[in-house]
Amino acid sequence: MQLNPTQTPLQKNPDLRSWALVALAAIVWIILYNLIQPFADWLAYGLLALPQDSHLGESLAFFFYDVPKLFLLLSGMIFVISLLQTFINTQKVRTMVEKRGEGIGNLMAAAFGAITPFCSCSSVPLFIGFVQAGIPLGVTFSFLITSPLMNEVAFVMLIGLFGWKIAGLYLLSGVTIGIVSGLILGRLKLERYVEGFVYDIKPRANIDLKLEEKLTWAERISRSWDSTKEIVGKVFWFVIIGIGIGAFIHGYVPQDALTGIMGKSAWWSVPASVLVGIPLYSNAAGVIPIVSALLDKGASLGTVLAFMMSVVGLSLPEVIILRRVLKPQLIAIFIGVIAVAIILTGYLFNLVM
Amino acid sequence: MLNIKILGSGCANCKRLEQIARTVVEDMRVEADVVKVTEYPDIMAYGITSTPGLVINEKVMSFGRIPTPAEVTTWVTDALQAA
Repeated sequence: MQLNPTQTPLQKNPDLRSWALVALAAIVWIILYNLIQPFADWLAYGLLALPQDSHLGESLAFFFYDVPKLFLLLSGMIFVISLLQTFINTQKVRTMVEKRGEGIGNLMAAAFGAITPFCSCSSVPLFIGFVQAGIPLGVTFSFLITSPLMNEVAFVMLIGLFGWKIAGLYLLSGVTIGIVSGLILGRLKLERYVEGFVYDIKPRANIDLKLEEKLTWAERISRSWDSTKEIVGKVFWFVIIGIGIGAFIHGYVPQDALTGIMGKSAWWSVPASVLVGIPLYSNAAGVIPIVSALLDKGASLGTVLAFMMSVVGLSLPEVIILRRVLKPQLIAIFIGVIAVAIILTGYLFNLVM
Repeated sequence: MLNIKILGSGCANCKRLEQIARTVVEDMRVEADVVKVTEYPDIMAYGITSTPGLVINEKVMSFGRIPTPAEVTTWVTDALQAA
């Protein structure tokens, strides 16, 4: 083999080159991350010369700090999550779930739902695929419940604004809700409320489907980068506006203003916030900065998390997507069971935290 | 003549894939029939687990992602040679 002397190892090996770019980006990321706090303080109190304890100063320092921090966290972590997602083969997952019955099957389906985003692109085909494979409806529902309830943007925003512990609790409770609700829905014999065509789909005899795709690291990295740009771009304005409102609350709403209506002592606040949250639809990116500010003002964690989950996990666009495969009765049962599960989770958090 | 199908219920990614497919066949000056398949029974008949899917001459080339124009060009070339 003839070596070309003008080519460095980096140029010859696209995998190595991609990894080098990732490493470089990681270093820049760490440096920027450490500069945010001094930069935000300088901007608010130095450049704009706002007094340290003024409402406006507090609001702006909060805004200038949270906006770059969240965008850095979002781009970094969504990239890592996207990279992990390139290893998930939906066909293999279906085969794995198929082999298990209820119980373990529910757990696997819920975990799978947590890492796949909910959209008409994947959730409906996966639902149909699960039903076709003869996977019990309850197990399929465990997937269908956690998929919208858990999303990567919400997870990263929770890490950024509430810390690892709360983000972990969100993940854990979402998966638990998926498993338990799936087990309950599985008992209710709901097969007749699935649109009939789902059972009638016959795969063509002459399908030529490449089951395995061998991806190089360079391809994985470039795909993850593309999806990171897309996801972060999509939530950009939600994050800005959400943090803007959050910053306003942070600086102007008096301490403990919400204790009476969103605190632990108000027993009705959990169901009320879930009911309010169902018709409200926003990106997790817009809601989480606002609920994080509410928490500072005396709202309790369970109430705030329940509100967030119902805004993010139950929504009209989701119902429209599900309507393609589920009859209205089943959609109503589906929303009812999840709403109850979220309410119970809210109470649980209020009780233990 | 090539038969190209875009499998997808009309989401944003499906439209982008259709655009890529059309651009590729135009640039290559290949005679092709680009059809959108939007009904789930027809989509799922191809056995895919996520959309958008790209089918060339009844062969599923990719699904669950948007292939690059370069990839689509390769597949179209291959399909022309096979035909």
